[in-house]
Amino acid sequence: MNDLWQQLFILPTDQIPWWAEVFRSVIRLVIALAGGLGSVPILVWLERRLLGWFQGRLGPNRVGPFGLLQPLADALKLMMKEDIIPTNVDRTIYVMAPAIALFPVILSLTVLPWNGSREWGAVAPNIDIGILFLLAVGSIEVYGAILAGWSSNNKYSLLGGLRASSQVISYELGMGLSIVSVLLIAGTLGTQSLVMGYDLSQTGVLAPGTLLGNGQAIVSVASVGDTGYTVYEHAASSGFWDWHFLRLFPFGLIATGIYMISMIAETNRAPFDLPEAETELVAGFHTEYSSFKFAMFFMGEYANMLIVSAICVTLFFGGWLAPFGFLSQLPAVTGLYVAPGVVNFVNSFVIAPFWLFTKLYVLIGLFIAVRASFPRLRYDMLMKFGWKGMLPVALGNLVLIATSLAVQQVTFPSLGYYGAWWAGQGVAWGITLVVVGILFYGKYVQYQAKKRVARTTDLIAPIRRPTVIVPTPSAPAPEA
Amino acid sequence: MLFLLFGGSALVTGITMVLFPNPVRSALFLVLNLFCVAVLYLLLNAYFLATVQVIVYAGAIMVLFLFVIMLLNLGTPDRSLDKLRWQQPAAVGIAVVLAALFGAVIYQSVPAGPPASAMMVEAPTLYAPRAEPNPMLTNQISDPNQLRAITPDTMGTVTGIGQSLYNPGEAWLFPFEATSILLLIAVIGSVVLAKRRLPGEDASAAGEREGGTG
Repeated sequence: MNDLWQQLFILPTDQIPWWAEVFRSVIRLVIALAGGLGSVPILVWLERRLLGWFQGRLGPNRVGPFGLLQPLADALKLMMKEDIIPTNVDRTIYVMAPAIALFPVILSLTVLPWNGSREWGAVAPNIDIGILFLLAVGSIEVYGAILAGWSSNNKYSLLGGLRASSQVISYELGMGLSIVSVLLIAGTLGTQSLVMGYDLSQTGVLAPGTLLGNGQAIVSVASVGDTGYTVYEHAASSGFWDWHFLRLFPFGLIATGIYMISMIAETNRAPFDLPEAETELVAGFHTEYSSFKFAMFFMGEYANMLIVSAICVTLFFGGWLAPFGFLSQLPAVTGLYVAPGVVNFVNSFVIAPFWLFTKLYVLIGLFIAVRASFPRLRYDMLMKFGWKGMLPVALGNLVLIATSLAVQQVTFPSLGYYGAWWAGQGVAWGITLVVVGILFYGKYVQYQAKKRVARTTDLIAPIRRPTVIVPTPSAPAPEA
Repeated sequence: MLFLLFGGSALVTGITMVLFPNPVRSALFLVLNLFCVAVLYLLLNAYFLATVQVIVYAGAIMVLFLFVIMLLNLGTPDRSLDKLRWQQPAAVGIAVVLAALFGAVIYQSVPAGPPASAMMVEAPTLYAPRAEPNPMLTNQISDPNQLRAITPDTMGTVTGIGQSLYNPGEAWLFPFEATSILLLIAVIGSVVLAKRRLPGEDASAAGEREGGTG
């Protein structure tokens, strides 16, 4: 019995039979799905209550305490409705589209870490291309909307689908560039190593007292009490100031801002909810969907919100780490009084997910506040903002981060850690100031020229029109 | 097992892509095909290649394809209006020739000696040098300079690909940069072609400008 327990839960991956590995994978998947899709009803409830609060009304408050059971009632209502398939739709694709919209969202759950455990940190904890995988999955998310819009055989749906996909494609660029800047800072592609700053899959057993870190945390190897049981501890000297959004100030912060704007656009939410603009397109690409198929789109949208927030937290806000190092785990002394296994369990399955979900819900609250505060953008403004605003800024930011890092790498041997940091940042700040100065000067010159033109034209004529000579057919011009 | 599954489905989706008359269906089958090929890359431990395949082909290029098809609203074409009557027999002939070429190459590269079933039993013969070694293979393995960055540990990983692409000592840095400049030229060209004339410009000036750049 104890043997089985050890094989299923305790031993490292290379010492267990294949069926235990399968069992572990299933358990990890169940945890991820419960956390991801289980949050959807909570999100729906939170959004409706918060929106009510922002708009000075009550929101759903009849079903259950504080209206908590309202999402359940909604889901029941949706499932009871008749599932209509209109006559002239492309049947196969019409039926497949909601599933296609939902499945990449669930796929991206697999690489998001929810604690620092080597075996139980994520569904696929040791995958070393986590971020690339997320980008790949994000790039196929478009298909759900585009196929739903096309197969519905409805002009509004098609327009909604086209809008959704062009918007997602446009904003994916800025998003990808801001992700790349984080990858440059951290130097790794794995999500878990991004959070903790070292590669879990390659580290062997380290002596207690060793300090590790290049990511969002400084991690120290500690032994629990006198037991000789080693754990990785988020060092007390580390905290939110080590997270990526404050690295290479202000470039990390700019990347964070770009990511957060594009994640709102990516999930097609207000103020970027053009694909579902009720006043123009009925309901966008899911106009023709009813019953459970509509529920799947709905679920996909909210789960997607959760996922992009989780990616944001993982990349920029320290994942499951606490804002202060000592809050990330029970103090090591606890190991003297309870079994090390219990300490480890509490650290990994209570404290780490607590911080992850706290950050997630703060971000989602921000999402909802943005929805309540901003009016919807016009379509050309949206595209202009994406291509002429976000993309150049993201690109410039990336180049500056690369410059800073390159200077730091070159000057590191002679100047040391802090000297190299100031050298690299100094160069990057200098370039930023020069470029911004040139841009402002250009704008200023343009403004002055415009003012001069306006002044002169006011004297001559109130409106400057090109002079057009129109020959009148009735009276032919006299011959010269 | 997995190879058979995904290789088979890659074949099936490829064939159905060609056979389906509806262009949207064809494009979707091409997407499926690309996924199957990505899984094949995964089975070869080329994780980076697999994800890039999904990002670039399935995520970007095929979405553009679908976009164009939907914007043009292409339906199922009428077979009787097909002007390229000779196309199908020609395609079949070329396919046969291509299959023969592939067959010849595969036949040549399989080591002479015991047949495949026997090799499964005696594993060492699989790697034993045959009487007449393939010069290309032995060259690659005997010359360590060519394979400096690509060791079995790093092959297919991001590190390995990055080292072989960006290492100035490797032969791939120049072609890589040349390709990027080529793509930049294509982007600039498409911008020039798609640029709308400004309202102030008259036709002759615009024509001069286009003539100058083209």
